[in-house]
Amino acid sequence: MTAALALLALVGGWEALVRLGGVDPLILPAPTQVLDALWEDRSLLAPDLWATTYEVVIGLGAAVLAGAALAVAMHLSPALRRALRPLVIGSQAVPVPVIAPLVILVLGFGLAPKVLLVALVCFFPITINLYDGLRAADPDARRLLRSLQASRWQALRLVEAPAALPNAFTGLKVAAAVAVIGAVFAEWAGAERGLGRALLTANGQLETARAFAATLLLFLLAIALYGACALLERRVVDWTPRTGPGGP
Amino acid sequence: MQSEAEAPVVEPRDVEAAAVEIDGVEVSYGAVQALRGVTLRVAPGEIVAVVGPSGCGKSTLLELVCGLIEPDAGRVRAGAAALMPQRDALLPWLSALDNAALALRVAGVARASARAAAHEHFAAFGLEGFERARPAALSGGMRQRVAFLRTLLAGRPVLCLDEPFGALDALTRLQMQRWLEGALAREPRTVLLVTHDVEEAVLLADRVALLSPRPGRIVSVLDVALPRPRARDARAVVELRERALGVLGADAAVSAGNGALNDSAPEPRS
Repeated sequence: MTAALALLALVGGWEALVRLGGVDPLILPAPTQVLDALWEDRSLLAPDLWATTYEVVIGLGAAVLAGAALAVAMHLSPALRRALRPLVIGSQAVPVPVIAPLVILVLGFGLAPKVLLVALVCFFPITINLYDGLRAADPDARRLLRSLQASRWQALRLVEAPAALPNAFTGLKVAAAVAVIGAVFAEWAGAERGLGRALLTANGQLETARAFAATLLLFLLAIALYGACALLERRVVDWTPRTGPGGP
Repeated sequence: MQSEAEAPVVEPRDVEAAAVEIDGVEVSYGAVQALRGVTLRVAPGEIVAVVGPSGCGKSTLLELVCGLIEPDAGRVRAGAAALMPQRDALLPWLSALDNAALALRVAGVARASARAAAHEHFAAFGLEGFERARPAALSGGMRQRVAFLRTLLAGRPVLCLDEPFGALDALTRLQMQRWLEGALAREPRTVLLVTHDVEEAVLLADRVALLSPRPGRIVSVLDVALPRPRARDARAVVELRERALGVLGADAAVSAGNGALNDSAPEPRS
């Protein structure tokens, strides 16, 4: 409710600024003009939206697989933890816009470089949150499993992994929110389709309203992805109370 | 381990394997000595309560018996022991039934048979109808009963109960003490019961070992040769309770009529 009001105020202010302040729509189109462009160019933008969604979803999936594997490996092996941690952290210092063209050069214009770059942006929050979650399991439950002579694998499967799920979903939601950035940079470096590509061409043709329309779609895509992850979380992590303290 | 799992909740077969012998045990955590020269024997089928102030190394004693830690000096010989940790340690994502069946699952029993084995006891444990309930939806007393059933289903001759009712309100605790008495009468086990509640110890145990503040030493062992069930206001029970409190040097610190020792100071480890 308050979110809707805040949005309304922002959009209303923006519209008023452009209409009454006489801002050149080439520099800042009014929200209504953006919606117009979105409707006019819908046949142009729909394939772009589809292409970017596809890249982002596949990339996010790859990030989940890679991130989970990394987190579990680092959790189970102190040697791997020492070896991998600097690399995992360092990977976030890699400037994606700079390496994107290199990745495109090596992997071509297809899906692979987009997936790789989305995964590069996304795996870090997944890995770090899951890793922390695996360590945060209840010490009493760990002791219990040890007293039952549980194997390392059983401790992971029965206690640590379920206990880490709430954390893992936090990481996944962060990843979902930033995933589109990776896709946009990848498309800027070279793509036939995609919202990032649409942004670039619209800017080149001084179609500012269409560029804003593409940005709006990116915005909505990020929100939808985040919402899907939050929904999945509520279905999977159904033992923690929604509000208040507690949880494992 | 496998064979124990296939025959859960049976009378311990090997009587000797159901004994606990602790000989001159010393345990230190860094510079802090937790236990000093502790010697304690628990005969098969006997219920021994260990009472002492917080931080006197009571939980450490159970960890030794369960083989979770090794003593720095001395020797521990004990039959296979199942631990019921302080604060039930139920897994919040599992149903009551799956929590009760956890020890069986760890022992390699298939999910369906582990559940079936656990379910056989749900009625006797007053848990019927709550099979699918998550721990958060259970009362404190029910949570303890699920935790106790899980401990029992580990199929081990020795039970190590670490303050099983410490987190319960006074009324529930009384009910649970009676309930535990009945459950142990039905399923006899060698029991090491750690508690800070002198009254609980006198009501439930055959013998009560009194531990000093850290470093924990056994200052006295009281025989509780009283018929069961015991009433908490029976003269003999009250006398034993007061004797135990006297030995622990708590006369001045504890108001009369309250069996529990006050926690004197925050402890790094209980």
